[in-house]
Amino acid sequence: MPRVSRRTLRDALSVAVTVGAYGVAFGAAGVAAGFSVLQTCLFSLVTFTGASQFAAVGVVAAGGAGLSAVVAASLLSTRNALYALQMAPQLEVTGWRRILAAQITIDESTNVALAQAPHGPTAVRHGFWITGSGVFVFWNIFTLLGALGAKSLGNPAAWGLDAAVPAAFLGLLWPRLSDARLRIIAVAAAFFALVMTPILPSGTPIIATVVVAIAAGWRR
Amino acid sequence: MSSFTIWVVLIATSTLCFAIKLVGYFVPARWLANERLQRINSLIPVVLLSALVVAQALAVKTHIVLDHRVAGVAAAMAALVAKAPFPVVVVSAAVTSALVYRLH
Repeated sequence: MPRVSRRTLRDALSVAVTVGAYGVAFGAAGVAAGFSVLQTCLFSLVTFTGASQFAAVGVVAAGGAGLSAVVAASLLSTRNALYALQMAPQLEVTGWRRILAAQITIDESTNVALAQAPHGPTAVRHGFWITGSGVFVFWNIFTLLGALGAKSLGNPAAWGLDAAVPAAFLGLLWPRLSDARLRIIAVAAAFFALVMTPILPSGTPIIATVVVAIAAGWRR
Repeated sequence: MSSFTIWVVLIATSTLCFAIKLVGYFVPARWLANERLQRINSLIPVVLLSALVVAQALAVKTHIVLDHRVAGVAAAMAALVAKAPFPVVVVSAAVTSALVYRLH
C-alpha cells in the first residue's frame, strides 16, 4: 500500500476526532430516551450512521411507536446508498471488503474522500478508509462515555439532556441550509410537523414530512 | 417503551441501515441514477431534521408544550448564529434548559 500523504491523514483524523466527539451527545440521548448503556453502545457499533441513530432515539423519546423509529432512521440513511454508489468505482472493493466499506460509508468518509480527488485516486481511497474507521473508533468510545455520564446524572431534564437532543438535530441541520430555498423547505417541514403533531400518532409527523421533500424535489 | 421493543427497534434499524449502505455497492449505478429520486433524496435530511427539532423541542406525545426545552433550543440557535462549534451548541442548550427547569 502506498504511503499515506500527511495532508490526507490530517484531514481524515481531524474530522474523525471532532465528529466522533458528537458521540457523547448520542450516548446521553440514548440513555435519556430509555435505552440501556449496552443498547446505546450497540446502536453506535452496528447502525453507525449518526443522524439515523439520533432519529430513532428521538422518536422513542417522543413516545412514538417502534415502527416510526425504524422508518425515520432508515429514511435518513438512504443517502448512504448514494454515497456508496459514488465510492464503489473509486474503492474497487470486492468480497468481504465490500462489507467493511459499506459499514463505514457515511457523510464524513465520503466527503473527506471526495475532497481528496485533486490529489489522485490513492488519496481518495486513503481518505475514505482512514476517516471511516477513525470516526468509527471515536464515535463508539464517545458513545460509551456519554451513555455512562447520562446514567450517572439521573433525571435527564434536570441536566438539560432533553433539550440537548433537539439542539443536536439543529446542529446537524444548520450546515445543510446553504441557500434560501433549503431554508424555506426546512421551515415548511418544521411547520408541517407542528401542525400534524396533534392529528397524527406520535412519531409519525416526523416521517410524514417526507411529503414536503417530495413536493419540493419533484420539479427542478 | 419496553426493553424488548427497544431491542426490536435496535435490530431492525441496524439491519435496514446496513442493507441501505450495501445496496450502493451491489446495484448497477443506473438504478439509482434517476435525477428526481436524487433530488428528493438530497432533501430528506433537511425535512426530517427540521421535524425532529420540532418534535423534540415542542411536542410531548401528541400535544404541543412550551417548556424549558424551548429555552434550550433558542440558546442553541443563538450559538449557531454566532458560528459556535457543535459541542458549544449542545452544551449551551443543555445548560439553559437545565437552568429554566430548576428555576421552575
